[in-house]
Amino acid sequence: MRKHSNARSNAPIFWALFGAGGMLSALTGPVLVFMTGIAIPAGFLLSPDLMSYPRMLGFAQNFIGKLCILAVVVLFLWHAAHRVFKSLHDVGIHPGPASKLACYGTAFAGSMLAVYGVVAVGF
Amino acid sequence: MKDMQPDARRPYVRPMEGWWRKNPFFVRYMARELTALVVAAYAFVLLIGLLCLAQGEAAYNGWLAVLRHPVSLSLHAVGLVAMAYHTWTWFEIMPKTMPPIVVHGKRVAGHVVTAVGVAAAIGVTLVLFLAVWGIKP
Repeated sequence: MRKHSNARSNAPIFWALFGAGGMLSALTGPVLVFMTGIAIPAGFLLSPDLMSYPRMLGFAQNFIGKLCILAVVVLFLWHAAHRVFKSLHDVGIHPGPASKLACYGTAFAGSMLAVYGVVAVGF
Repeated sequence: MKDMQPDARRPYVRPMEGWWRKNPFFVRYMARELTALVVAAYAFVLLIGLLCLAQGEAAYNGWLAVLRHPVSLSLHAVGLVAMAYHTWTWFEIMPKTMPPIVVHGKRVAGHVVTAVGVAAAIGVTLVLFLAVWGIKP
């Protein structure tokens, strides 16, 4: 008989972050990419002024603005990290400490930078 | 990767290279998984913008200038297609990834779950776009 470990798996955490990030990016991703990457920079349908320095500074210094930025950056990163980690298996890179560190480590580093960013931008 | 090490018996290992290209279902599966790279890339674009914003006006305007560049606009157009494909596939597979929902003792059909999800995405898209549209200059 195999002895069962009482230690809990950390898989549900990564799965939950994957699901939350997947849902948030499925709902908001297309319109965010369209607005911040195409419409506003090109002045197409929306004014370029919407992403001017004073406006974005005001948004990032606002508490709710900070939460929105963190939610999008952090959850998008963890969603992508988990999906890439699982998909590497399909291209012959089997799950191991190295691929896990590369995927989740990137998401962790990005999350820490995002936290630093919303603090460094001021209140 | 113990099974990948050279073996004196030289057993036959069926090559797996490009296995997914032989079946349209797996091509779609790979395309769906690849959208994760676009999601990550977009998160990094925003993260860099945030860090530039924290640096000051000059750095932030530099980031804005990059966003206005035709290469950036083209990449975002490709990203928009990939992101929309992610949205569609996310709700397409939702009936399989989510526990079954039971209403009045009957399991909600998969296509209903997908339709509700896509409708929610369209609703969020419209609300966000109109909210930004309505910001006074």
